[in-house]
Amino acid sequence: MAINWFKYSAPTTFYGLAGKLIPFFAWPAAILFAVGLYIGFFVAPTDAVQSEAYRIMFIHVPASILSMFIYLIMAGYAALGLIFKTRLSSMMASALAPTGALFAFISLWTGALWGKPMWGAWWVWDARLTSELILLFLYLGFIALQASIEDPRRADRASALLAIVGSVNVPIIYYSVQWWNTLHQGSSIKFSGTSMHVAMQQSMFTVLVACWLYVIAVALARVRSIILERESNTQWVKELAEVKK
Amino acid sequence: MNWSEFFAMNGYGFYVWGSYGVALLVFVVEILMVRHRRTLALRQLRLLNESGEV
Repeated sequence: MAINWFKYSAPTTFYGLAGKLIPFFAWPAAILFAVGLYIGFFVAPTDAVQSEAYRIMFIHVPASILSMFIYLIMAGYAALGLIFKTRLSSMMASALAPTGALFAFISLWTGALWGKPMWGAWWVWDARLTSELILLFLYLGFIALQASIEDPRRADRASALLAIVGSVNVPIIYYSVQWWNTLHQGSSIKFSGTSMHVAMQQSMFTVLVACWLYVIAVALARVRSIILERESNTQWVKELAEVKK
Repeated sequence: MNWSEFFAMNGYGFYVWGSYGVALLVFVVEILMVRHRRTLALRQLRLLNESGEV
C-alpha cells in the first residue's frame, strides 16, 4: 500500500489537510446552490396541483435527506471512535452534530411552511413528522451530552452510545410513509421511475449535491477548531503559524 | 413574468420565501459560528503560549 491511511487519521496531519480541502468543497457548493435554485425557480414549470408552493421542495427534500444521512455518518464516526479509540473519528462525530441538527431544523421548518398551505396545518403528529422531530432531539441530546461531561474521552464514549442507539430512528423516518398511514406524501422518486418533471429533478439533485458539499466544508472547518481545542496542550499545536503570530 | 409576480409566487410568497429565507439564514449563521469558534480557539491558544513563555 502506497498510501498510509493511518497517517491522515492523526489529528496532526488531518488539521492541515482539512484546511487545504475546505475551498474545494465550499466553492462548488456555492455555485451548485445558485445553479440548482436557478433551475428550480426559472426553469421548472408551475405545478398543476400545488401551483408555486411546491418550489419549497427544492430545499425541503435535500435538507431532509441530509438530516438522515448526516446522522448515520455521525453515528458511524462515533462508533469508530468507540471501537478503535481513534480520536479523530470522535472529533468528526462532534463536528457533524450541529450541522445535522440544523438540517433537521430546516427540514421541519420548510415542512411546516409547506404543510400550512397544502394540508391546512403547520404541524400534525404524523409518523413522518414526529420521527423527524425525534431526529432533531437526538442531535440536540448528542450535543448536550457531550457538553455536560468534562472529560472529552468520556464524553465521546457516552455520546457515541447515544448516537448508535438513536440510529434506529433513521429507517423509521425513511419507511414511515410506507409503514403507517400518514398525511405526508410518499417519495416522488422511485427506482422504477418518477412522475416528476425533468427540471424539477435536476433542481432537487443539484441542491442535494450542493448541500452535501456544504456539509463537508463546514464539518471540516469545525473539526479544525475541535482539534485545536482538544490538542491545546500539545507541542505541534503550539508551534502552528496561526497560533504563534 | 415580472418581478413582483415572481415574488408573489401566486399567493404562496410567504411560504416559499419564508422557507428559503430561513434556510439561508441558518447557513449564514452556521458559517459565522464556525468562524467564531476558530477565532476563540486561536485566541485561547495564544494566551496559553504567552503564559508558557513568561
